[in-house]
Amino acid sequence: MSARPVGVLSLQGAFERHKSIIESLGRECRLIRTPEQLAGLGGLIIPGGESTVIGKLMKAGGLLSAIRDSAADGLSIFGTCAGLILLANEVTGTPVDGLHLLDVRVQRNGYGRQKESFNSKLIFRKNEIQSVFIRAPRIIETGPNVEVICRMDDEAVLVRQDRILAAAFHPELTDDPAVHRYYVEELC
Amino acid sequence: MTNNSNWTQRQSDRWRTNLGLAEMLKGGVIMDVVTPEQAKIAEDAGASAVMALERVPADIRVEGGVARMSDPGMILGILDSVSIPVMAKCRIGHIIEARILESLGVDFIDESEVLTPADDRYHVDKSVFEIPFVCGCRNLGEALRRIGEGAVLIRTKGEAGTGDIVEAVRHMRTLMDDIRRISVMPQDALMAEAKEMGAPYELILETARLGALPVPNFSAGGVATPADAALMMHLGAQSVFVGSGIFKSGDPEKRAKAIVESVAYYDDYDRLAKISENLGEPMTGIGMNELPVEKRIAGRGW
Repeated sequence: MSARPVGVLSLQGAFERHKSIIESLGRECRLIRTPEQLAGLGGLIIPGGESTVIGKLMKAGGLLSAIRDSAADGLSIFGTCAGLILLANEVTGTPVDGLHLLDVRVQRNGYGRQKESFNSKLIFRKNEIQSVFIRAPRIIETGPNVEVICRMDDEAVLVRQDRILAAAFHPELTDDPAVHRYYVEELC
Repeated sequence: MTNNSNWTQRQSDRWRTNLGLAEMLKGGVIMDVVTPEQAKIAEDAGASAVMALERVPADIRVEGGVARMSDPGMILGILDSVSIPVMAKCRIGHIIEARILESLGVDFIDESEVLTPADDRYHVDKSVFEIPFVCGCRNLGEALRRIGEGAVLIRTKGEAGTGDIVEAVRHMRTLMDDIRRISVMPQDALMAEAKEMGAPYELILETARLGALPVPNFSAGGVATPADAALMMHLGAQSVFVGSGIFKSGDPEKRAKAIVESVAYYDDYDRLAKISENLGEPMTGIGMNELPVEKRIAGRGW
C-alpha cells in the first residue's frame, strides 16, 4: 500500500515542528484545519500547544466529531502534550473539549508551571532518547488496553492503545525523529 | 557564571525548554488582563496565555506617571484563576522586578517598553533566569540584541494602547525586510551588517542561514480587530498579543473569541468576514498622527 500523507492539526501550537520532522522522514505532510481535510490521511498528529484553545477551536470548527468519526474508521492519531490531554478519556482539573479516544486519566500541568519544566533521558524501545516536558500533563492512570511504551521513573509518559499513540513530552522539540519514525512506520 | 560565549553554548537544556514554551504559544492570542475575572474571560474565549498587569496600555497613556511591575498579590490571583500560561511585565533593565516575577512562578516575563524603563542603557541579562523572557523590537538589530541577552521570544512592538495598527505593521515589515535582505547577502557582507545593526555577528549568521529569527516571532501593539490580527499573521507574525484591544472594546468576550479564530484562520477570508460580523464597538483608540512623538513608547529599548 502506498504511503498516505500524515496530517498535523494546525489550529494552534507547535505544528510546524511536527511537519518538518514528518517531511524529513520522507512522508508527505498536510496541515489540517477543517473536517474536509481529514479525507485520505494515513495518520493525524495533534501537537503541543494549549489544550483549552485547540479543544475550543476543534469544537467550533466541527473537527471534534469529524476526528472521532475518522478514528472510528481506523485513522491513527498521535498526540503530544496538549494532544495527549485532548485524546484522554479523563482530565482532572479544568474541563477540556476532548476526543475521549485513549483510556487514560491525566492531570493538566501535572509537573508544575514553566519553572518546573524539564528535560529528561528516556528509554524508548531499548534506545535512549531526549525528552522535553513543558508544563506537561501527567498520566495518573492507564486502562487495561493501554500499553506503556516509555516510563520516567515509574510513571507512564508514552502510551499506545491500538492506533492511538500519546506522549506527555515533546518529541518534536529534539533533533531525534525516533518516536515519529515509530509512529509513521508502525501506526500509519 | 554562565557559559554563554557563543550561540551554540547558550543553547542549554533550560534554554531549549523555555524556547519550547514559546513554540507552544504559536498560532495563538495572548491577552492583557487586569483582574482574575478578565483572565477567566480570556481563557474561556481561547487565549493561549494571559498577560497579568495592573493597567492596560491605553490606561497607562491616559493616567500617565511611572508604570511599574504589578502588585504580586494581583499576579498571584491571576495565576490561581486560570490553567493557561501567565505572563507578567517587568520594566526594562529592572533585574529585581524580574527576579520577583520569577519567584512568583509566572510562566513568562515580558521585559516591556510599556512600563517606564528602569535602566536607560542596559536590559536584563535574561540568560541567567530559569524562566523565559519575551522582548519587543522594531527591527532585526534590536531583536537580535534581545535574543543575545537570552530572550526566547520576540514580539514586534507596534505602539501599545493606541488601537492603531500602523506601527505594528511598520515594525513587522521592517523586521521581515531585514531578514530577507541578509538571507540573500554573501557572507562577506554580513559582518558590516552586524556592525550597522548593532547585532551579534553569530546571530546575524544564524538568521541569514535560517531565513528567519532563531526564536518565534509574535506581534504586539495596536491590534483592535480580527482583521488586524489576521493582517499581522499574514505579514509573518506567528502569534498575536492583544493589549487594550479586547477589554477596552464594547463586548470583550465576543471580540476575544473572534480574534482567537481570526489568528487560526487568518488566510480564510470568507471565514474572516463572518468572524468580524457584529462585534460591537472596537476600542476608540488614538491615531498615530494624533500622538506626539514624546508620547510614543516604542522608542524605549536600547
